[in-house]
Amino acid sequence: MRVALFVPCYIDQLYPAVARATLEVLERQGCTVSVPLGQTCCGQPMANAGFEAGSVGTMQRFVDLFADFNYIVAPSGSCVAHVREHYKRLPQNDAVQHVRARTMELCEFLTDVLGVEQLDARFPHRVGLHESCHGLRGLRLASSSELQVPRFSKVQRLLELVDGLELVPLDRADECCGFGGTFAVTEEALSVKMGRDRLRDHVAHGAEIITATDMSCLMHLGGLARRQQMPVQIRHVAEILRGEDG
Amino acid sequence: MSTPLPEIPLPVIDHAAAAARFVADEARTNWHDASLWQVRQKRDRAAQAVPEWEALRDLASKIKAHTLSRLDEYLAQFEEQATANGIQVHWAKDAAEHNQIVHAILARHGVQRLVKSKSMLTEECGLNPYLEAQGIEVVDTDLGERIVQLAGEGPSHIVMPAIHVKKEEIGALFHEKIGTPAGEADPGRLTEAARQHLRAHFLSADAALTGVNFAIAETGGFVVCTNEGNADLGVHLTPVHIASMGIEKIIPAAEHLGVFLRLLARSATGQDLTVYTSHFHRPRQGQELHVVLVDNGRSAHLGRADFRDALKCIRCGACINTCPIYRRSGGHSYGSTVPGPIGSILTPGIDLKKYQHLPFASTLCGSCGDVCPVKIDIPGQLYRWRQLVTEEGHAGRSKRRVMAVAGQIFRNPRLFRWAGKLGRRLLRWLPQRAVYHQRNVWGRARDLPEPPRQSFLEWYAAHRSDNANKKGHDQ
Ligand code: SF4
Repeated sequence: MRVALFVPCYIDQLYPAVARATLEVLERQGCTVSVPLGQTCCGQPMANAGFEAGSVGTMQRFVDLFADFNYIVAPSGSCVAHVREHYKRLPQNDAVQHVRARTMELCEFLTDVLGVEQLDARFPHRVGLHESCHGLRGLRLASSSELQVPRFSKVQRLLELVDGLELVPLDRADECCGFGGTFAVTEEALSVKMGRDRLRDHVAHGAEIITATDMSCLMHLGGLARRQQMPVQIRHVAEILRGEDG
Repeated sequence: MSTPLPEIPLPVIDHAAAAARFVADEARTNWHDASLWQVRQKRDRAAQAVPEWEALRDLASKIKAHTLSRLDEYLAQFEEQATANGIQVHWAKDAAEHNQIVHAILARHGVQRLVKSKSMLTEECGLNPYLEAQGIEVVDTDLGERIVQLAGEGPSHIVMPAIHVKKEEIGALFHEKIGTPAGEADPGRLTEAARQHLRAHFLSADAALTGVNFAIAETGGFVVCTNEGNADLGVHLTPVHIASMGIEKIIPAAEHLGVFLRLLARSATGQDLTVYTSHFHRPRQGQELHVVLVDNGRSAHLGRADFRDALKCIRCGACINTCPIYRRSGGHSYGSTVPGPIGSILTPGIDLKKYQHLPFASTLCGSCGDVCPVKIDIPGQLYRWRQLVTEEGHAGRSKRRVMAVAGQIFRNPRLFRWAGKLGRRLLRWLPQRAVYHQRNVWGRARDLPEPPRQSFLEWYAAHRSDNANKKGHDQ
């Protein structure tokens, strides 16, 4: 099985530790992971801002670079949802269809492809799980609170395999954090308000750490928390699944 | 020599600015958010109690898809049946024609006073000011509608038009307008005062206008859902009943009604059914019954394959209640009759320039799509409207420039690595003052992450290049 790691552009630049943790988690599960060094971005930031047409070159690059792999794994629900849903824009040849079907979010890959039932990881903290929207409703990583379907969460199930970790309950299980890409800037007031409301929910329930599949949500929440000196930190889910002393 | 016709500058709805004003009052924002979240929770409990909820949504969505695919036939069938029942059917291609038709009916009967029960369509058409200018008194009889009418405002929600008004404010308004005691803020007593006040209007009215929730092609009848009984009271007391409906309200047969009625009230307010579900099939003895079928942009919308599904909407308001943006920005921030997610996919079809910002008043979180009882892919449509805003040339110049640069960078890995490195260096070297400049909108309320010395790909190339896949490295 040829597995490639796709590292979203902002994670590559701002959170290399998250990418390393993802690589480590995959390797510990016995995967041989390739990292094509020519990778840049999936094109989502432009497309969500209304510039999908201008991002077609970026999309095509992504397909060319990753088409030879059996699976393309990324530590981001949002980028993966973008590839799967919006690469419809490209002519649907075999390569595009393959890449759309086989690009997977980390937790999804661990659950659905590797069938992980055990993790050798310890993280003795009270953790609040933020179900990032695009992973939640775009990839169905968990049952959203609106749908009347049996409850599940792939991310939560993996976190429960981590030794010492205690998940805190939340008042609003899957409310948006207000990041939303360019929304964070164009609708700054709302974005900030939404983020603060989310933080309050986590802190009120005693979370020491907030985790998520998407670093973009966490960058927003973490930035707000630090500015307000709130007693809560952010960790990408890969960093937790690898364990604290990884 | 001809001089070019100048373009008339129309106001563009600035949702972000209106939202910022709303959010500035944090206590009020929290109150507004909590009120609507409570409605969402009631909806959740009601939906949970129906084991076949998801199957119902699916069915409703498919019935609507079918109906829209044959809308012309079903409308013609409805007209035929309704006419056979003794209903007078009118067709209005736009708001102006609708208002003229209604006025002509009222004028023929010498109507001075019209009682209306909640109809968002007449809001959309601007009927009240039109009739008032012709000297006809229009009284909205739905409590929430009456509150905003007395306050001289538009509705802020399609199901709960006065959801943005606190009970103390209603007390003050009623004190001024209908003479309740100063300081009265008890909802029960205020409601009773409104009933007495409205009763007088009901008794003196010469005609009643209602909306329509569902019109049935097979039977030529229609259904109106209310909680206060005001629609029925108006209709029973007056000799003329006018029902205004958008052409998308049609359903094929009576057997389909149950599917929608089971979904509507549960999605809207968490009730199993609205208190009144009134069926009208023919005028009662001595009464005239008119139905006005209004297009007003709907058939144009039907022609847009990517956006057609928005016409499935049954106006339950669930997407509005669940929307984290709406809950914190209020209905008036959308500058249109229908606010929230459904408004943001309908209004760009009416005037893309004016409403160009509404598709961006969203994080694309998707809650609206999952809550919608007719399964409209609202986030998908928001995304597609965003593309059209750009294609039609409404995106601002600086945004276009930034996006053009991003497009270049992401296509070129060398440039990407160089730009990333430069950016991280700048973040490290620049003094805090420069980084957290007022124009750094991100940084006004949020810290930036500590920029690392090495990107992941730089680290990987340096440490793990032996098992690195070189493909694409030098492209
Ligand atoms: S779009 Fe769906 S959820 Fe929103 S008002 Fe219409 S039917 Fe209700």
